[in-house]
Amino acid sequence: MSLKIFKAGILDTIQDQGRYGHQHLGINPGGVMDKFSAQIANMLVGNDVKEAVIELHFPASVFIFQQPALIALSGADFSASINGEKIPSLHPVLVNKNSVLQFHRAAKGARAFIAVKGGFNIPIWLGSFSTNLKAAAGGFMGRALRKDDEIGFKKSSTNISYLGTKEFLVLPWKADHKWENSSTNEIFILPGNECCRLTDKSKEKIFGQPFTITNQSDRMGFRLKGEPLLTTTNEEVISSAVGFGTVQLLPDGQLIVLMADHQTTGGYPRVAHVISAHHSRLAQMKAGEMVRFRLANQQMAEELLIKQQQHLLQLQNACTFKLQEFFKRV
Amino acid sequence: MNNPSIPYRIFPIGDSAITIDFGNTINESINKEVIARFNQLQEKPLPGLIEMIPAYSSLTIYYDILALKKKINNTTTVFEWTKEQLEEKLKMPVQENIIEERLVRIPVCYDGEFSPDIQELAAEKNISVDEVIEIHTSATYKVYMLGFLPGFAYMGEVDEKITIPRKPQPQNVLAGSVGIAGKQTGIYPLASPGGWQIIGRTPLKLFDTDREEPVLLKAGEFVQFFSISKDEFENF
Repeated sequence: MSLKIFKAGILDTIQDQGRYGHQHLGINPGGVMDKFSAQIANMLVGNDVKEAVIELHFPASVFIFQQPALIALSGADFSASINGEKIPSLHPVLVNKNSVLQFHRAAKGARAFIAVKGGFNIPIWLGSFSTNLKAAAGGFMGRALRKDDEIGFKKSSTNISYLGTKEFLVLPWKADHKWENSSTNEIFILPGNECCRLTDKSKEKIFGQPFTITNQSDRMGFRLKGEPLLTTTNEEVISSAVGFGTVQLLPDGQLIVLMADHQTTGGYPRVAHVISAHHSRLAQMKAGEMVRFRLANQQMAEELLIKQQQHLLQLQNACTFKLQEFFKRV
Repeated sequence: MNNPSIPYRIFPIGDSAITIDFGNTINESINKEVIARFNQLQEKPLPGLIEMIPAYSSLTIYYDILALKKKINNTTTVFEWTKEQLEEKLKMPVQENIIEERLVRIPVCYDGEFSPDIQELAAEKNISVDEVIEIHTSATYKVYMLGFLPGFAYMGEVDEKITIPRKPQPQNVLAGSVGIAGKQTGIYPLASPGGWQIIGRTPLKLFDTDREEPVLLKAGEFVQFFSISKDEFENF
Protein backbone atom coordinates (compact mmCIF):
# COMPACT_ATOMS: atom_id res chain seq x y z
CA MET A 1 0.00 0.00 0.00
CA SER A 2 1.61 3.17 -1.13
CA LEU A 3 2.47 4.36 -4.60
CA LYS A 4 1.17 2.29 -7.47
CA ILE A 5 2.15 2.54 -11.11
CA PHE A 6 -1.06 2.85 -13.12
CA LYS A 7 0.75 3.22 -16.41
CA ALA A 8 4.49 2.76 -16.99
CA GLY A 9 6.72 5.52 -18.32
CA ILE A 10 9.60 5.13 -20.75
CA LEU A 11 12.33 4.86 -18.09
CA ASP A 12 11.47 5.59 -14.48
CA THR A 13 13.81 4.21 -11.84
CA ILE A 14 14.57 4.46 -8.15
CA GLN A 15 17.86 6.30 -7.64
CA ASP A 16 19.77 8.00 -4.86
CA GLN A 17 23.04 9.94 -4.72
CA GLY A 18 24.99 6.88 -5.87
CA ARG A 19 26.66 3.64 -4.82
CA TYR A 20 30.26 4.25 -3.78
CA GLY A 21 33.06 1.99 -2.66
CA HIS A 22 32.64 -0.76 -5.25
CA GLN A 23 34.18 0.69 -8.39
CA HIS A 24 37.30 -1.45 -7.91
CA LEU A 25 35.00 -4.42 -8.58
CA GLY A 26 33.62 -2.86 -11.75
CA ILE A 27 30.39 -1.85 -10.00
CA ASN A 28 29.63 1.70 -11.08
CA PRO A 29 28.09 4.34 -8.80
CA GLY A 30 24.95 5.00 -10.88
CA GLY A 31 22.54 7.22 -8.97
CA VAL A 32 20.46 10.15 -10.17
CA MET A 33 21.54 12.01 -13.28
CA ASP A 34 20.93 15.35 -11.55
CA LYS A 35 22.15 15.13 -7.96
CA PHE A 36 21.37 18.78 -7.24
CA SER A 37 17.67 18.52 -8.11
CA ALA A 38 17.20 15.19 -6.35
CA GLN A 39 18.60 16.69 -3.14
CA ILE A 40 16.18 19.61 -3.39
CA ALA A 41 13.18 17.28 -3.77
CA ASN A 42 14.27 15.48 -0.61
CA MET A 43 14.79 18.72 1.32
CA LEU A 44 11.32 19.94 0.44
CA VAL A 45 9.75 16.95 2.17
CA GLY A 46 12.19 16.97 5.09
CA ASN A 47 14.22 13.92 4.05
CA ASP A 48 17.91 13.30 4.25
CA VAL A 49 19.36 14.46 0.91
CA LYS A 50 20.64 10.95 0.22
CA GLU A 51 17.17 9.39 0.41
CA ALA A 52 15.94 7.49 -2.66
CA VAL A 53 13.78 9.32 -5.20
CA ILE A 54 12.06 8.29 -8.41
CA GLU A 55 13.84 9.59 -11.49
CA LEU A 56 11.45 10.18 -14.37
CA HIS A 57 12.03 10.48 -18.11
CA PHE A 58 9.31 11.72 -20.45
CA PRO A 59 6.79 10.19 -21.11
CA ALA A 60 6.66 9.42 -17.40
CA SER A 61 4.59 6.94 -15.41
CA VAL A 62 1.11 7.65 -14.08
CA PHE A 63 1.00 7.09 -10.31
CA ILE A 64 -1.83 6.41 -7.87
CA PHE A 65 -1.37 7.17 -4.19
CA GLN A 66 -2.75 4.32 -2.14
CA GLN A 67 -2.05 6.25 1.02
CA PRO A 68 -1.65 9.96 1.75
CA ALA A 69 1.84 11.43 1.42
CA LEU A 70 3.89 14.58 1.45
CA ILE A 71 5.71 14.76 -1.88
CA ALA A 72 7.84 17.16 -3.91
CA LEU A 73 8.81 17.32 -7.57
CA SER A 74 12.06 18.78 -8.87
CA GLY A 75 14.36 18.73 -11.87
CA ALA A 76 12.69 18.84 -15.27
CA ASP A 77 9.27 20.44 -15.63
CA PHE A 78 7.01 17.73 -17.06
CA SER A 79 3.84 19.73 -16.44
CA ALA A 80 2.53 17.60 -13.58
CA SER A 81 -1.05 17.31 -12.42
CA ILE A 82 -2.92 15.68 -9.57
CA ASN A 83 -6.37 14.50 -10.50
CA GLY A 84 -6.13 16.72 -13.57
CA GLU A 85 -5.19 19.92 -11.72
CA LYS A 86 -1.79 21.34 -12.47
CA ILE A 87 0.74 21.30 -9.61
CA PRO A 88 4.06 23.14 -9.52
CA SER A 89 7.56 21.74 -9.12
CA LEU A 90 9.72 22.72 -6.15
CA HIS A 91 6.84 22.97 -3.65
CA PRO A 92 5.96 20.43 -0.99
CA VAL A 93 2.56 18.96 -1.84
CA LEU A 94 0.25 17.06 0.50
CA VAL A 95 -1.50 14.37 -1.50
CA ASN A 96 -4.55 12.45 -0.34
CA LYS A 97 -5.28 8.78 -0.86
CA ASN A 98 -6.48 7.69 -4.32
CA SER A 99 -5.04 10.77 -6.03
CA VAL A 100 -3.55 10.35 -9.50
CA LEU A 101 -0.23 12.00 -10.34
CA GLN A 102 0.61 12.33 -14.00
CA PHE A 103 2.84 14.28 -16.36
CA HIS A 104 1.68 15.94 -19.56
CA ARG A 105 4.58 17.32 -21.54
CA ALA A 106 8.32 17.78 -21.40
CA ALA A 107 8.16 21.53 -20.90
CA LYS A 108 11.72 21.98 -19.70
CA GLY A 109 14.62 19.69 -18.86
CA ALA A 110 15.12 15.97 -19.28
CA ARG A 111 14.78 14.32 -15.87
CA ALA A 112 12.26 14.99 -13.11
CA PHE A 113 12.33 13.66 -9.56
CA ILE A 114 9.68 12.64 -7.04
CA ALA A 115 10.56 12.57 -3.36
CA VAL A 116 8.17 11.25 -0.72
CA LYS A 117 8.46 12.11 2.95
CA GLY A 118 10.14 9.23 4.75
CA GLY A 119 11.47 7.71 1.54
CA PHE A 120 10.62 4.51 -0.27
CA ASN A 121 10.63 1.18 1.46
CA ILE A 122 12.92 -0.82 -0.77
CA PRO A 123 15.92 -3.02 0.04
CA ILE A 124 19.37 -1.46 0.04
CA TRP A 125 22.05 -3.12 -2.12
CA LEU A 126 25.73 -2.41 -1.45
CA GLY A 127 24.88 0.67 0.52
CA SER A 128 22.60 2.32 -2.02
CA PHE A 129 19.02 2.32 -3.29
CA SER A 130 20.07 3.14 -6.86
CA THR A 131 18.88 0.91 -9.67
CA ASN A 132 21.76 -0.65 -11.60
CA LEU A 133 19.93 -1.67 -14.77
CA LYS A 134 22.88 -3.51 -16.30
CA ALA A 135 23.46 -5.62 -13.19
CA ALA A 136 19.67 -5.94 -12.65
CA ALA A 137 20.28 -5.02 -9.02
CA GLY A 138 19.36 -2.32 -6.55
CA GLY A 139 16.34 -0.03 -6.64
CA PHE A 140 12.96 -1.62 -7.29
CA MET A 141 13.79 -5.23 -8.23
CA GLY A 142 16.79 -4.07 -10.22
CA ARG A 143 14.68 -2.69 -13.04
CA ALA A 144 12.68 0.25 -14.33
CA LEU A 145 9.17 0.70 -12.90
CA ARG A 146 6.35 -1.17 -14.62
CA LYS A 147 2.58 -1.08 -14.60
CA ASP A 148 1.09 -2.40 -11.34
CA ASP A 149 4.32 -2.07 -9.34
CA GLU A 150 3.63 -0.94 -5.80
CA ILE A 151 6.37 0.94 -4.02
CA GLY A 152 5.96 1.10 -0.28
CA PHE A 153 6.77 4.13 1.85
CA LYS A 154 8.96 3.95 4.90
CA LYS A 155 7.15 4.86 8.06
CA SER A 156 6.26 8.48 7.75
CA SER A 157 4.95 10.79 10.40
CA THR A 158 3.33 13.23 8.01
CA ASN A 159 0.43 15.02 9.62
CA ILE A 160 -2.21 15.11 6.92
CA SER A 161 -5.10 16.23 9.11
CA TYR A 162 -4.74 19.66 7.51
CA LEU A 163 -5.76 18.07 4.24
CA GLY A 164 -9.20 17.07 5.50
CA THR A 165 -11.23 15.99 2.51
CA LYS A 166 -9.10 17.92 0.01
CA GLU A 167 -7.49 15.82 -2.69
CA PHE A 168 -4.21 17.68 -2.45
CA LEU A 169 -2.66 20.84 -1.10
CA VAL A 170 0.33 22.73 -2.49
CA LEU A 171 2.24 24.20 0.45
CA PRO A 172 2.93 27.89 -0.09
CA TRP A 173 6.73 27.99 -0.38
CA LYS A 174 9.02 27.25 -3.24
CA ALA A 175 12.64 26.14 -3.26
CA ASP A 176 14.83 28.74 -4.90
CA HIS A 177 16.22 26.88 -7.86
CA LYS A 178 17.70 29.80 -9.69
CA TRP A 179 21.16 28.43 -9.15
CA GLU A 180 20.62 25.96 -11.94
CA ASN A 181 17.76 27.69 -13.63
CA SER A 182 20.03 29.52 -16.01
CA SER A 183 19.12 28.85 -19.59
CA THR A 184 22.76 28.86 -20.65
CA ASN A 185 24.16 25.94 -22.60
CA GLU A 186 27.66 26.66 -21.37
CA ILE A 187 29.42 23.71 -19.75
CA PHE A 188 32.76 24.15 -18.01
CA ILE A 189 35.40 21.49 -18.58
CA LEU A 190 38.84 20.64 -17.28
CA PRO A 191 41.48 19.19 -19.61
CA GLY A 192 41.77 15.41 -19.62
CA ASN A 193 45.01 13.49 -19.49
CA GLU A 194 44.90 12.61 -23.18
CA CYS A 195 43.83 16.03 -24.45
CA CYS A 196 47.41 16.56 -25.59
CA ARG A 197 46.79 13.96 -28.29
CA LEU A 198 44.48 16.35 -30.12
CA THR A 199 45.90 18.41 -32.94
CA ASP A 200 46.13 22.13 -32.15
CA LYS A 201 43.25 22.80 -34.53
CA SER A 202 41.07 20.18 -32.82
CA LYS A 203 41.86 21.63 -29.41
CA GLU A 204 40.55 24.97 -30.63
CA LYS A 205 37.47 23.29 -32.07
CA ILE A 206 36.41 21.95 -28.69
CA PHE A 207 35.86 25.49 -27.52
CA GLY A 208 35.15 27.15 -30.84
CA GLN A 209 32.20 25.10 -32.01
CA PRO A 210 28.97 24.06 -30.34
CA PHE A 211 28.24 20.32 -30.11
CA THR A 212 24.80 18.83 -30.63
CA ILE A 213 23.55 16.24 -28.16
CA THR A 214 22.50 13.35 -30.40
CA ASN A 215 19.60 11.01 -29.75
CA GLN A 216 22.16 8.29 -28.93
CA SER A 217 22.21 9.75 -25.44
CA ASP A 218 21.03 8.06 -22.28
CA ARG A 219 21.92 7.51 -18.64
CA MET A 220 25.24 5.95 -19.69
CA GLY A 221 26.46 8.82 -21.80
CA PHE A 222 25.65 11.67 -24.16
CA ARG A 223 27.02 11.27 -27.66
CA LEU A 224 27.82 14.63 -29.17
CA LYS A 225 28.02 15.62 -32.80
CA GLY A 226 30.38 18.24 -34.13
CA GLU A 227 33.12 18.57 -36.68
CA PRO A 228 35.30 15.47 -36.08
CA LEU A 229 38.36 16.01 -33.90
CA LEU A 230 41.74 14.69 -34.94
CA THR A 231 44.64 13.32 -32.92
CA THR A 232 48.36 13.31 -33.54
CA THR A 233 48.77 9.71 -32.38
CA ASN A 234 46.86 6.45 -32.51
CA GLU A 235 48.71 5.00 -29.54
CA GLU A 236 46.38 2.75 -27.56
CA VAL A 237 45.09 4.02 -24.22
CA ILE A 238 45.40 1.21 -21.68
CA SER A 239 42.13 0.94 -19.73
CA SER A 240 42.01 3.35 -16.83
CA ALA A 241 39.44 5.07 -14.64
CA VAL A 242 36.69 7.26 -16.07
CA GLY A 243 33.94 9.11 -14.21
CA PHE A 244 30.71 11.06 -14.47
CA GLY A 245 31.50 13.93 -16.82
CA THR A 246 34.52 12.34 -18.51
CA VAL A 247 34.60 13.40 -22.17
CA GLN A 248 36.02 10.63 -24.32
CA LEU A 249 37.10 10.83 -27.94
CA LEU A 250 35.62 8.00 -29.99
CA PRO A 251 37.49 6.48 -32.96
CA ASP A 252 35.28 8.42 -35.41
CA GLY A 253 36.44 11.76 -33.97
CA GLN A 254 33.20 12.44 -32.09
CA LEU A 255 32.86 12.98 -28.35
CA ILE A 256 30.89 11.12 -25.70
CA VAL A 257 30.29 12.58 -22.23
CA LEU A 258 29.90 9.83 -19.64
CA MET A 259 26.88 10.20 -17.37
CA ALA A 260 25.49 8.45 -14.26
CA ASP A 261 25.56 4.87 -15.58
CA HIS A 262 29.10 5.16 -16.98
CA GLN A 263 31.53 2.24 -16.82
CA THR A 264 34.23 2.38 -14.18
CA THR A 265 37.10 2.21 -16.68
CA GLY A 266 37.58 2.98 -20.33
CA GLY A 267 40.12 2.82 -23.10
CA TYR A 268 39.26 5.85 -25.22
CA PRO A 269 41.28 9.06 -24.89
CA ARG A 270 39.91 11.24 -22.09
CA VAL A 271 40.12 14.69 -23.63
CA ALA A 272 38.21 16.53 -20.89
CA HIS A 273 36.05 16.29 -17.78
CA VAL A 274 32.89 18.30 -17.13
CA ILE A 275 33.20 20.03 -13.75
CA SER A 276 31.01 18.52 -10.99
CA ALA A 277 29.05 21.73 -10.49
CA HIS A 278 27.80 21.47 -14.10
CA HIS A 279 26.80 17.78 -14.12
CA SER A 280 23.23 18.67 -13.25
CA ARG A 281 22.97 21.34 -15.93
CA LEU A 282 24.19 18.88 -18.54
CA ALA A 283 21.91 16.10 -17.26
CA GLN A 284 18.89 18.32 -17.89
CA MET A 285 19.78 18.90 -21.55
CA LYS A 286 17.94 16.97 -24.24
CA ALA A 287 18.83 15.40 -27.56
CA GLY A 288 18.98 18.08 -30.21
CA GLU A 289 20.19 20.77 -27.84
CA MET A 290 23.61 22.39 -28.21
CA VAL A 291 26.45 22.36 -25.70
CA ARG A 292 29.23 24.92 -25.62
CA PHE A 293 32.35 23.99 -23.71
CA ARG A 294 34.40 26.53 -21.79
CA LEU A 295 37.77 25.87 -20.26
CA ALA A 296 37.82 26.07 -16.47
CA ASN A 297 40.59 25.38 -13.98
CA GLN A 298 40.78 23.28 -10.85
CA GLN A 299 40.20 26.23 -8.56
CA MET A 300 37.08 27.46 -10.40
CA ALA A 301 35.68 23.93 -10.47
CA GLU A 302 36.14 23.49 -6.73
CA GLU A 303 34.78 26.93 -5.88
CA LEU A 304 31.67 26.45 -8.00
CA LEU A 305 30.95 23.15 -6.30
CA ILE A 306 31.39 24.72 -2.87
CA LYS A 307 29.03 27.56 -3.80
CA GLN A 308 26.47 25.05 -5.03
CA GLN A 309 26.77 23.17 -1.77
CA GLN A 310 26.38 26.35 0.29
CA HIS A 311 23.22 27.15 -1.64
CA LEU A 312 21.89 23.65 -0.92
CA LEU A 313 22.66 23.96 2.80
CA GLN A 314 20.81 27.28 3.04
CA LEU A 315 17.91 25.75 1.20
CA GLN A 316 17.86 22.77 3.50
CA ASN A 317 17.75 24.99 6.59
CA ALA A 318 14.92 27.02 5.10
CA CYS A 319 12.97 23.90 4.14
CA THR A 320 13.34 22.38 7.59
CA PHE A 321 12.20 25.60 9.24
CA LYS A 322 9.18 26.05 6.94
CA LEU A 323 8.02 22.47 7.42
CA GLN A 324 8.32 22.74 11.19
CA GLU A 325 6.42 26.02 11.26
CA PHE A 326 3.70 24.72 9.00
CA PHE A 327 3.02 21.52 10.86
CA LYS A 328 3.18 23.31 14.21
CA ARG A 329 0.24 25.43 13.14
CA VAL A 330 -1.79 22.49 11.97
CA MET B 1 60.07 -5.30 -1.84
CA ASN B 2 58.66 -3.37 -4.69
CA ASN B 3 60.85 -1.53 -7.06
CA PRO B 4 60.83 2.00 -5.63
CA SER B 5 62.11 3.43 -8.88
CA ILE B 6 58.99 2.93 -11.00
CA PRO B 7 58.45 6.45 -12.30
CA TYR B 8 54.98 7.89 -12.02
CA ARG B 9 52.92 10.92 -12.96
CA ILE B 10 50.03 12.37 -11.00
CA PHE B 11 47.15 14.08 -12.77
CA PRO B 12 43.54 15.04 -12.01
CA ILE B 13 40.49 13.21 -13.37
CA GLY B 14 38.15 16.18 -13.41
CA ASP B 15 37.69 17.99 -10.09
CA SER B 16 37.10 15.09 -7.72
CA ALA B 17 39.62 12.39 -8.51
CA ILE B 18 43.35 12.02 -8.85
CA THR B 19 45.32 9.42 -10.79
CA ILE B 20 48.79 8.02 -10.20
CA ASP B 21 49.96 6.75 -13.55
CA PHE B 22 52.92 4.37 -13.72
CA GLY B 23 53.02 4.35 -17.55
CA ASN B 24 50.43 3.57 -20.20
CA THR B 25 51.28 -0.12 -20.36
CA ILE B 26 50.30 -3.70 -19.56
CA ASN B 27 53.15 -4.98 -17.42
CA GLU B 28 53.06 -7.38 -14.51
CA SER B 29 55.51 -5.60 -12.22
CA ILE B 30 53.83 -2.24 -12.80
CA ASN B 31 50.43 -3.78 -12.06
CA LYS B 32 51.90 -5.25 -8.86
CA GLU B 33 52.88 -1.75 -7.80
CA VAL B 34 49.34 -0.49 -8.55
CA ILE B 35 47.76 -3.22 -6.42
CA ALA B 36 50.30 -2.77 -3.63
CA ARG B 37 49.53 0.97 -3.53
CA PHE B 38 45.79 0.21 -3.60
CA ASN B 39 46.27 -2.05 -0.56
CA GLN B 40 48.48 0.50 1.18
CA LEU B 41 45.85 3.23 0.77
CA GLN B 42 43.05 0.92 1.86
CA GLU B 43 44.86 0.29 5.11
CA LYS B 44 45.89 3.89 5.61
CA PRO B 45 43.46 5.98 3.56
CA LEU B 46 44.11 9.51 2.43
CA PRO B 47 41.90 12.09 4.15
CA GLY B 48 38.62 12.52 2.29
CA LEU B 49 39.02 9.31 0.31
CA ILE B 50 35.78 8.03 -1.20
CA GLU B 51 37.04 5.09 -3.22
CA MET B 52 39.80 3.88 -5.52
CA ILE B 53 39.95 2.30 -8.96
CA PRO B 54 43.08 0.26 -9.63
CA ALA B 55 43.65 -0.33 -13.36
CA TYR B 56 46.46 -1.93 -15.42
CA SER B 57 49.03 0.73 -14.75
CA SER B 58 47.21 3.44 -12.82
CA LEU B 59 45.44 3.99 -9.54
CA THR B 60 42.63 6.54 -9.37
CA ILE B 61 41.40 7.95 -6.09
CA TYR B 62 38.05 9.68 -5.68
CA TYR B 63 37.93 12.23 -2.89
CA ASP B 64 35.32 14.37 -1.20
CA ILE B 65 36.00 17.99 -2.21
CA LEU B 66 33.41 19.39 0.17
CA ALA B 67 34.81 17.63 3.23
CA LEU B 68 38.41 18.45 2.32
CA LYS B 69 37.77 22.09 1.52
CA LYS B 70 36.74 22.64 5.12
CA LYS B 71 39.88 20.96 6.34
CA ILE B 72 42.54 22.76 4.33
CA ASN B 73 43.49 26.38 4.01
CA ASN B 74 42.20 28.41 1.15
CA THR B 75 45.45 29.16 -0.58
CA THR B 76 45.60 25.82 -2.29
CA THR B 77 43.18 23.67 -4.27
CA VAL B 78 41.92 20.37 -2.88
CA PHE B 79 43.63 18.71 -5.82
CA GLU B 80 47.05 20.20 -5.00
CA TRP B 81 46.64 19.37 -1.34
CA THR B 82 45.62 15.76 -2.10
CA LYS B 83 48.51 15.45 -4.54
CA GLU B 84 50.98 16.39 -1.80
CA GLN B 85 49.42 13.89 0.60
CA LEU B 86 49.66 11.23 -2.05
CA GLU B 87 53.29 11.99 -2.82
CA GLU B 88 54.09 11.51 0.86
CA LYS B 89 52.41 8.10 0.80
CA LEU B 90 54.29 7.14 -2.34
CA LYS B 91 57.61 7.80 -0.61
CA MET B 92 56.82 4.96 1.76
CA PRO B 93 57.83 1.53 0.50
CA VAL B 94 55.12 -1.09 0.29
CA GLN B 95 55.23 -4.81 0.83
CA GLU B 96 54.20 -7.11 -1.92
CA ASN B 97 51.70 -9.87 -1.24
CA ILE B 98 49.89 -8.12 1.57
CA ILE B 99 47.07 -10.47 0.64
CA GLU B 100 47.76 -14.07 -0.17
CA GLU B 101 47.70 -14.69 -3.91
CA ARG B 102 44.62 -16.79 -4.55
CA LEU B 103 44.42 -19.16 -7.52
CA VAL B 104 40.91 -19.67 -8.85
CA ARG B 105 40.24 -22.61 -11.19
CA ILE B 106 37.50 -21.84 -13.67
CA PRO B 107 35.69 -24.51 -15.72
CA VAL B 108 35.11 -23.59 -19.37
CA CYS B 109 33.17 -25.44 -22.03
CA TYR B 110 34.84 -24.76 -25.37
CA ASP B 111 32.10 -26.63 -27.26
CA GLY B 112 30.99 -25.17 -30.60
CA GLU B 113 27.76 -23.54 -29.46
CA PHE B 114 29.55 -21.69 -26.66
CA SER B 115 32.55 -20.63 -28.73
CA PRO B 116 31.36 -18.69 -31.79
CA ASP B 117 34.83 -17.32 -32.60
CA ILE B 118 37.13 -20.26 -31.83
CA GLN B 119 37.17 -21.73 -35.37
CA GLU B 120 38.16 -18.42 -36.89
CA LEU B 121 40.84 -17.87 -34.27
CA ALA B 122 42.29 -21.32 -34.93
CA ALA B 123 42.25 -20.74 -38.69
CA GLU B 124 43.77 -17.28 -38.33
CA LYS B 125 46.58 -18.63 -36.12
CA ASN B 126 47.05 -21.76 -38.23
CA ILE B 127 46.47 -24.19 -35.37
CA SER B 128 43.70 -26.63 -34.45
CA VAL B 129 40.79 -25.82 -32.13
CA ASP B 130 42.17 -28.41 -29.68
CA GLU B 131 45.47 -26.58 -29.63
CA VAL B 132 43.68 -23.30 -28.88
CA ILE B 133 42.02 -24.98 -25.89
CA GLU B 134 45.29 -26.62 -24.83
CA ILE B 135 47.12 -23.28 -24.94
CA HIS B 136 44.34 -21.33 -23.22
CA THR B 137 44.09 -23.83 -20.34
CA SER B 138 47.81 -24.39 -19.80
CA ALA B 139 48.68 -20.88 -18.59
CA THR B 140 48.00 -19.21 -15.28
CA TYR B 141 46.58 -15.73 -15.76
CA LYS B 142 46.81 -12.76 -13.50
CA VAL B 143 43.75 -10.60 -12.82
CA TYR B 144 45.17 -7.17 -13.62
CA MET B 145 42.03 -5.16 -12.97
CA LEU B 146 38.24 -5.12 -12.95
CA GLY B 147 36.20 -2.76 -15.04
CA PHE B 148 33.82 -2.40 -17.98
CA LEU B 149 31.04 -4.43 -16.28
CA PRO B 150 30.44 -5.45 -12.65
CA GLY B 151 32.94 -8.24 -12.01
CA PHE B 152 34.61 -8.16 -15.43
CA ALA B 153 38.21 -9.27 -14.83
CA TYR B 154 40.92 -8.25 -17.28
CA MET B 155 43.45 -11.10 -17.26
CA GLY B 156 46.75 -11.74 -18.98
CA GLU B 157 48.87 -12.48 -20.63
CA VAL B 158 47.67 -14.79 -23.35
CA ASP B 159 50.22 -16.90 -25.27
CA GLU B 160 51.13 -15.21 -28.54
CA LYS B 161 49.98 -18.33 -30.40
CA ILE B 162 46.34 -17.43 -29.60
CA THR B 163 46.34 -13.63 -29.41
CA ILE B 164 43.82 -11.96 -31.67
CA PRO B 165 42.55 -8.36 -31.91
CA ARG B 166 39.06 -7.51 -30.73
CA LYS B 167 36.25 -7.31 -33.28
CA PRO B 168 35.77 -4.00 -35.06
CA GLN B 169 32.08 -3.89 -34.08
CA PRO B 170 30.72 -5.01 -30.70
CA GLN B 171 28.28 -7.94 -30.77
CA ASN B 172 25.91 -9.32 -28.20
CA VAL B 173 27.74 -11.60 -25.81
CA LEU B 174 26.10 -13.95 -23.30
CA ALA B 175 26.91 -14.09 -19.58
CA GLY B 176 29.78 -16.46 -18.78
CA SER B 177 31.40 -16.07 -22.20
CA VAL B 178 35.19 -16.36 -22.14
CA GLY B 179 36.98 -14.17 -24.63
CA ILE B 180 40.32 -12.99 -25.93
CA ALA B 181 41.29 -9.46 -26.96
CA GLY B 182 44.91 -8.99 -27.89
CA LYS B 183 47.03 -10.35 -25.04
CA GLN B 184 44.08 -10.21 -22.63
CA THR B 185 41.55 -12.85 -21.68
CA GLY B 186 38.35 -12.22 -19.76
CA ILE B 187 34.91 -13.48 -18.83
CA TYR B 188 31.66 -11.57 -19.40
CA PRO B 189 29.84 -11.60 -16.03
CA LEU B 190 26.64 -10.35 -17.67
CA ALA B 191 25.11 -10.40 -21.11
CA SER B 192 26.42 -7.31 -22.86
CA PRO B 193 27.53 -5.96 -26.19
CA GLY B 194 31.26 -6.60 -26.47
CA GLY B 195 34.10 -6.93 -28.94
CA TRP B 196 36.16 -9.78 -27.49
CA GLN B 197 36.56 -13.00 -29.52
CA ILE B 198 34.52 -15.64 -27.71
CA ILE B 199 36.15 -19.08 -27.32
CA GLY B 200 34.06 -20.72 -24.58
CA ARG B 201 31.70 -20.29 -21.67
CA THR B 202 31.88 -20.94 -17.94
CA PRO B 203 28.92 -22.12 -15.84
CA LEU B 204 30.30 -20.10 -12.89
CA LYS B 205 28.68 -16.84 -11.95
CA LEU B 206 31.35 -14.16 -12.04
CA PHE B 207 28.82 -11.71 -10.66
CA ASP B 208 25.89 -12.67 -8.47
CA THR B 209 23.81 -10.11 -6.63
CA ASP B 210 22.62 -12.79 -4.20
CA ARG B 211 26.13 -13.29 -2.83
CA GLU B 212 27.37 -11.09 -0.03
CA GLU B 213 30.49 -10.55 -2.13
CA PRO B 214 28.88 -10.30 -5.55
CA VAL B 215 32.14 -10.39 -7.49
CA LEU B 216 34.12 -13.65 -7.85
CA LEU B 217 37.54 -12.36 -8.95
CA LYS B 218 39.61 -9.52 -7.60
CA ALA B 219 42.62 -7.68 -8.94
CA GLY B 220 45.86 -9.43 -8.03
CA GLU B 221 44.36 -12.93 -8.00
CA PHE B 222 45.30 -15.72 -10.40
CA VAL B 223 43.12 -17.81 -12.67
CA GLN B 224 43.52 -21.11 -14.45
CA PHE B 225 40.93 -22.40 -16.90
CA PHE B 226 40.09 -26.07 -17.30
CA SER B 227 38.07 -27.64 -20.08
CA ILE B 228 34.71 -29.28 -19.37
CA SER B 229 32.29 -31.09 -21.67
CA LYS B 230 28.86 -29.83 -22.66
CA ASP B 231 27.33 -32.40 -20.30
CA GLU B 232 29.43 -31.19 -17.43
CA PHE B 233 28.54 -27.59 -18.28
CA GLU B 234 24.84 -28.33 -18.23
CA ASN B 235 25.01 -30.28 -14.97
CA PHE B 236 27.38 -27.92 -13.26
